[in-house]
Amino acid sequence: MPSDRLAVRKTYKLFIGGAFPRSESGRSYPVRSASGDFMANAALASRKDARDAVRAARSAFGKWSGATAYNRGQILYRVAEMLEGRRAQFVAEVTASGGDADEVDAAIDRWVWYAGWADKIAQVHGGANPVAGPFFNLSTPEPTGVVAVVAPPDSALLGLVSVIAPAIVTGNTVVVVAAEDRPLPAVTLAEVLATSDLPGGVVNVLTGRVAEIAPWLASHMDVDALDLAGVPDRQAATALEVAAADNLKRVLRPAETPVDWAAGPGVDRMLALMETKTVWHPKGV
Amino acid sequence: MRTLAGMTATVASGLDEVARSNAALRAFLHGLPGVDQVGADQRAAMLGTRSIKTTAKAWALDLAIRMVDLTTLEGADTPGKVRALCAKARRPDPEDPSCPPAAAVCVYPAMVGVAAEALDGSGVHLASVATAFPSGQAPLDVRLAETEAAVRDGADEIDMVISRGAFLAGRYLDVYSEIVAVKQACGDAHLKVILETGELATYDNVRRASWLAMIAGADFIKTSTGKVSPAATLPVTLVMLEAVRDFRAATGRQVGVKPAGGIRTAKDSIKYLVLVNETVGEDWLHPDWFRFGASSLLNDLLMQRTKMSTGRYSGPNYVTLD
Repeated sequence: MPSDRLAVRKTYKLFIGGAFPRSESGRSYPVRSASGDFMANAALASRKDARDAVRAARSAFGKWSGATAYNRGQILYRVAEMLEGRRAQFVAEVTASGGDADEVDAAIDRWVWYAGWADKIAQVHGGANPVAGPFFNLSTPEPTGVVAVVAPPDSALLGLVSVIAPAIVTGNTVVVVAAEDRPLPAVTLAEVLATSDLPGGVVNVLTGRVAEIAPWLASHMDVDALDLAGVPDRQAATALEVAAADNLKRVLRPAETPVDWAAGPGVDRMLALMETKTVWHPKGV
Repeated sequence: MRTLAGMTATVASGLDEVARSNAALRAFLHGLPGVDQVGADQRAAMLGTRSIKTTAKAWALDLAIRMVDLTTLEGADTPGKVRALCAKARRPDPEDPSCPPAAAVCVYPAMVGVAAEALDGSGVHLASVATAFPSGQAPLDVRLAETEAAVRDGADEIDMVISRGAFLAGRYLDVYSEIVAVKQACGDAHLKVILETGELATYDNVRRASWLAMIAGADFIKTSTGKVSPAATLPVTLVMLEAVRDFRAATGRQVGVKPAGGIRTAKDSIKYLVLVNETVGEDWLHPDWFRFGASSLLNDLLMQRTKMSTGRYSGPNYVTLD
């Protein structure tokens, strides 16, 4: 039945510190579907939005990394529940940007998979070291800090989940630049995160031009690691890695060959964003 | 209602006349034109939207650093912490010799000796709060003795608090006499009078207290102790800037202004500088006439300064905790 009701269109905004601001610059850019139709305007983030996002991520780090692993796991499971509840909306957005419904299911399963790792990663990859002396010697992986992520351009939801979840499950906080041409699922994911008990600032989502924002994140002295999953261009990735060298950021280089995001991820992305702490403790008599 | 021109004529004819009795003082202060509160709020908000960029911003950041009264007023202050603060005031950015020093260090009287030693020969002023800071609720002779002790130990600026209780009760002459007495106890040291605007309730009272302090001989009028919320705000500072402007027009004597408390970001400090420039002009854009009472502000100014010189964002790991 045709309806003469006016549609209430959604405004796609940024996600910084648990809030949804427009870009400080006031700019936006049109997002088109895979078939070239206009879908929506997304906020075009500026370097100041990136700065605000890093500030939010830094202030969220203490509480998030200090939360118990069990608690972080529970919150990630909760995110997966909320993703499931919004499944239809994600399917619509992902399909419009060239993906399919299977990608949404895979993204939810991926999130659950990482949630399970929250209280296991330290057991599996930490441990007691044998040393020649009267000491207990224990190693444990700890979160690196604020991680700047450039999300994969080709997989709007599964790729995004596959880079965010491994970073935050271990206690890092994240500033992610969403896929430039497919940013809408990222903003909807932000709405899920905002209603899942995830503290504000743990994940911050920027939409806009990677070439404009990424250099500011790469050179930012308060960012501890840089994930270049979404910078396939070798020259651009090298330039960002050079900019990141000043404060010795950990840098995850983009893969040499195109990544199949649907394949099992393994624990590499989690471990790459952790630092191993080793403590020596004297044995009693 | 009497006009400002009328008031200034009164002042010009003799400050002593105004303060000859509580009734005369009250008549003068209550004869000051009222402050348009909505107008002041709106003007301050409007001036806060000015965009200051590139070279102007670099200039403003350096000026703001030169205007900072680096303050520590905690029960937990130790000689070590005060010495660290003094080192920071002398050279805020150890990696950049072009970074100017702060205007002054502001401490409790018990720490003045330590600070005086640490600042010796640096050109950084040493301010001490006195007169039973922050409440001012102590007998006058105790407050005067505290002031004299601070000056004797090496403070060249004294930040006193007025008796807000007496002021609000309308005992203006008592407040006036106290300021005069403290000014005398200061000797050569500069006297800053803290109005604690957060407790004065109205902008009209802020204007009256500003005039009262200036008539009594204040070298500076300061908004707040930092222990009461709200502390410094843009509109309150606007009202005080208008008072020093009118006072100079009436008497020829220039008085400084110091907003203190709650100013934490470089952006905030630049808003204040815009306010100064637009209200009283360039004569006040100097550390001798305008100060910021702050501690964490300096870190943000330094981070902004580093951002401008290196082209990349800095972080809190690269400045001292204090």
